[in-house]
Amino acid sequence: MSAIGDIKVITQRQLRLLTRVPEVLIFSTIQPVMFVLLFRYVFGGSIDTGQPGGYVQLLMPGIFVQTVAFTLAGTASGLAEDMKKGLIDRFRSLPISQSALVVGRTLGDSLLNIVVLAVMGIAGYVVGWRPTGGLLNVALGFLFLLMFGYALSWVGVLVGLSASDARVVQNVSFIVTFPLTFLSNAFAPTTGMPRPLQYFAEWNPVSTMVAACRELFGLENQFGATAGSFPSENPLITSILYMVIIMVIFVPLSLRRYKRSAD
Amino acid sequence: MKTVIAEELVKTYDKGKVRALDNLSLDVEEGTVLGVLGPNGAGKTTTVRILSTLLRPDSGRAIVGGIDVIKNPDKVREIIGLSGQYAAVDEILTGYDNLLMFGQLYHLGKKNAVIRANELLERFNLTEAAKRPIKTYSGGMRRRLDLAASLIVKPKVLFLDEPTTGLDPRGRQEMWGVIQELVKGGVTLLLTTQYLEEADQLADEIAVIDTGKVIARGTSDALKKQVGGERLEVVVESAHIAKTMQIVAAVSGLTPTLDEGLRMISAPVSTGSKALFEVLKNLDDAGIHALDVGLKRPSLDDVFLSLTGHSAEKKEEVA
Repeated sequence: MSAIGDIKVITQRQLRLLTRVPEVLIFSTIQPVMFVLLFRYVFGGSIDTGQPGGYVQLLMPGIFVQTVAFTLAGTASGLAEDMKKGLIDRFRSLPISQSALVVGRTLGDSLLNIVVLAVMGIAGYVVGWRPTGGLLNVALGFLFLLMFGYALSWVGVLVGLSASDARVVQNVSFIVTFPLTFLSNAFAPTTGMPRPLQYFAEWNPVSTMVAACRELFGLENQFGATAGSFPSENPLITSILYMVIIMVIFVPLSLRRYKRSAD
Repeated sequence: MKTVIAEELVKTYDKGKVRALDNLSLDVEEGTVLGVLGPNGAGKTTTVRILSTLLRPDSGRAIVGGIDVIKNPDKVREIIGLSGQYAAVDEILTGYDNLLMFGQLYHLGKKNAVIRANELLERFNLTEAAKRPIKTYSGGMRRRLDLAASLIVKPKVLFLDEPTTGLDPRGRQEMWGVIQELVKGGVTLLLTTQYLEEADQLADEIAVIDTGKVIARGTSDALKKQVGGERLEVVVESAHIAKTMQIVAAVSGLTPTLDEGLRMISAPVSTGSKALFEVLKNLDDAGIHALDVGLKRPSLDDVFLSLTGHSAEKKEEVA
């Protein structure tokens, strides 16, 4: 089982990078914390939710999902950087399992997410977020978030290995994640959107993830689960399906891309 | 025994429009050094990438250490070391971290990986910098660490792709010393370079490649003979060009070439400083004062001019 050992070494490498450049961790937590404060205190006041405990209860699941969605960009730019520096070539010339580098990278990025989510959870608590779903459900919610981040990390592998330049990676990741996180129920009700957008928002995996987390965190108001579409009625199952679909498509595509990253 | 064999390798890019390798064949005898000499875009890196399992050729055969590279890349990876054009080490990690990581990836086990990392740091004179991140290293130190990383399991065959490109003269000298040490240890080495001098210093045999093909092959001496060894160059006033041409022709035995813009007359010479002295004396006798005079050792460009008729520098970069 040398493949597992290889993956472990690569994951360790990534964790070591965090200790060498703690700024990465600091900045990947500062941004979502800023979002929490911005939405909680700037926009939150003018959004009437009728939610007991206030807007922040609805906001936090949205911010959590947005944060793990950015794993895509993290994985992509990390791999693009490795490729540019020739590190991918070195790894590929070693007698190691050929998938170890990407698997280790996706796992390392998910471990980073644990830390980021913990910091965000504390920040949320400070500004009044109080999940009521019970310990088990809340834990399940966080597990879901990590899994979602992991699935998107595989999309990031493909983006990172396909791009010709690290700056392109930033742009592509932004173009993918930005509309997904904002054309959703994460920050505002979808009911205010024009009809076509509303459909998009309801089927958007970010919305189903947010709705699933809200459910697990004990909220009634789905914040824009409007027309009784399947995803908005069954956010948990739909989210699981989405994760499976993402993995089924992107794991083989990304691994193939890695093996041929030079052809 | 031939440790490295490449047979009629073809590799095209851009749907066949760019022919990076065009039936390239070469081989390296066990325990010797082959220098692959060529300009940017000649196919040096592509050749190394194919032989080191990173790239699949469109057609052709590649054997390293008796193993087919295309059919059995995993087996080949166990016996080769590769150090690329860019120092492929993790910039953020320290030198020690890097070597430890690669050692573990070679499945040495943590304990042996630590021992090996320290050994290599010592050997490449990096012990002092071991705990510093690579981004604080000089270009030469990075290359040495990169080379160290390719030596973790004492490879049978080592591929070095332009190991000194971009280094200052001192870094280059240091790198040459390190490579010469390695060669004494008996490794089979294939090294690519843009510098004739480097191939001359390090290689037992040189293969000159251009547009994806080997266009000449032989020892450094044989190659230089073919190129014509040193060139004598004289710059004079316009009025004296005709007479000087005669003098240089007489000494060289060959028709000199004239660069009218520079007013420079040049010709290959085989007797070095003796020819230089003779030309100066004859010019003096004819009452001609030379503005500049010198002996130039053959450069890659000269090799290319004499082998292909075109200059090495003006070629488009391909890969």
